[in-house]
Amino acid sequence: MIAFADVNFYESWWVQIIKAIVIFAVIFGILPVLTVYERKLLGRFQHRYGPNRVGPYGLLQPMAEIVKFARKEASRPTTSVGWLFRLAPALAILTAVGALALIPWGGVTTIFGQRVGLYGIDVSIGPLYVFALGGISFYGIMLGGWASGSKYSFLGAMRAAAQLISYEVSQGLALVGVIMTSGTLSLVGIVHAQQGMWYIVPQFAGFLIFMCASFAETNRAPFDLVEADAELVAGYFTEYGGTGFVAFLFSEYVNMMVVSAIAVTMFLGGWTLPFGIVSPVWCDPIVVFAKMMIFITFFIWIRATLPRLRYDQLMSFGWKVLLPLATLNLLVTAIVVAS
Amino acid sequence: MSVPELDVIQVVRGPSRSPAAGAYRTFGETLRGLKTTFARVVEGTHTIQYPEEKTPVYPRFRGRHKLHKFEDTGLEKCVGCSLCAAACPADCIRVVAAENDPEDRVSAGERYAAVYEINLSRCIFCGYCEVACPFDAITMGHDYEMSDYTRSDLIFTKEMLLAEPLERTPLRREGE
Repeated sequence: MIAFADVNFYESWWVQIIKAIVIFAVIFGILPVLTVYERKLLGRFQHRYGPNRVGPYGLLQPMAEIVKFARKEASRPTTSVGWLFRLAPALAILTAVGALALIPWGGVTTIFGQRVGLYGIDVSIGPLYVFALGGISFYGIMLGGWASGSKYSFLGAMRAAAQLISYEVSQGLALVGVIMTSGTLSLVGIVHAQQGMWYIVPQFAGFLIFMCASFAETNRAPFDLVEADAELVAGYFTEYGGTGFVAFLFSEYVNMMVVSAIAVTMFLGGWTLPFGIVSPVWCDPIVVFAKMMIFITFFIWIRATLPRLRYDQLMSFGWKVLLPLATLNLLVTAIVVAS
Repeated sequence: MSVPELDVIQVVRGPSRSPAAGAYRTFGETLRGLKTTFARVVEGTHTIQYPEEKTPVYPRFRGRHKLHKFEDTGLEKCVGCSLCAAACPADCIRVVAAENDPEDRVSAGERYAAVYEINLSRCIFCGYCEVACPFDAITMGHDYEMSDYTRSDLIFTKEMLLAEPLERTPLRREGE
């Protein structure tokens, strides 16, 4: 068997399969609720209710929409490149889901006599794995935009290429500060290193830079130039309908959850509670999820607040402001850690 | 020929700010924007849930027409004079008058409207018919929910206009 990475804690294969299924099922159970949550919250920000007709409080709205999308005809433009056009959404959703395996939902606990870590896998290259999958997920967006054979899609894909690559640098550099402080690349190890103090306090600048870059990485407003609905119809997924569209949409939401979870793990102490409160192990995933919801709410709040950046503003902000700040943060952290 | 000094508009900009001041300004404005949007959540929703809730109409709101009868005698007020049809800018009223039978009167006057039709798919709800009518036989009601599936269903006959309309829309109270 090929070892992809050093694994810090290892369970038997069937435990891993069950964990994978549970994580997948829970996340994909939450996703539709998240779409409704976003729409309802956006509505509140704009003096309206949001969806409230289907089911109690509009909670069944995603069900109706999934049925609608699933029944759509799978059409594609004659100018599109067939198999790449079909591959792109799969790539987008697969890489997004793959990153979920890394997120630590809790510590190691004993379930039915088995020692089980409440996370998919705890590798010793945690953030690198996340960034690697993020790098592949660009291909989903770029192939989707390019293979559509449409000008709007192509423009969206080109924007995505420039934007995601520029902001990934700052995002990575912001995390390096945390990694240097904790001295480990394992996400579980980073959470354990934050028992005393969450890294949001010593690494506050890094946290802000990470959040800014994350908005760009997840293509959320105000950095949603990739899909810029006012200019590019829907950007890279203009030509997608039905399930392909759902795959891109869900991959965006999964990316948002992953980024929130990484922020929780890196800066908000993962499953630990502040002021020395010790929670039972079964609470850990709930704590992580509650912290994630804070970030997701913030994402939506920002979307309701800030208008979209102009393209040159986006680029100059990424390269002239965010990258120097991230480098400076890294430098200062390095000096403090070394001394 | 363009003269650079005259044809080119010189935009006067403020003193260029330092990047730090710009970043601070951006950050501050972002926070202000976040405060503004959050205040919208606190204010609550302004939506009227239409089919369940309705905006009350003003008393002089011009909705669907009504034809009237005398309350004491039960005779129709309309005498078939066709002034409403003449006043109608959309030409949506059709009146065919007939002589009243003295034994079995329909209207109070000499003649009555044997056919009185309003094509509501053409009506522009201007209210000129109401103004033109010498006997106040036709008035504009408050009903605005008139959508239907076929155009022919929107041609309202005299019986439909005479019938007591469903009060589907709330009337705005004084000072509301």
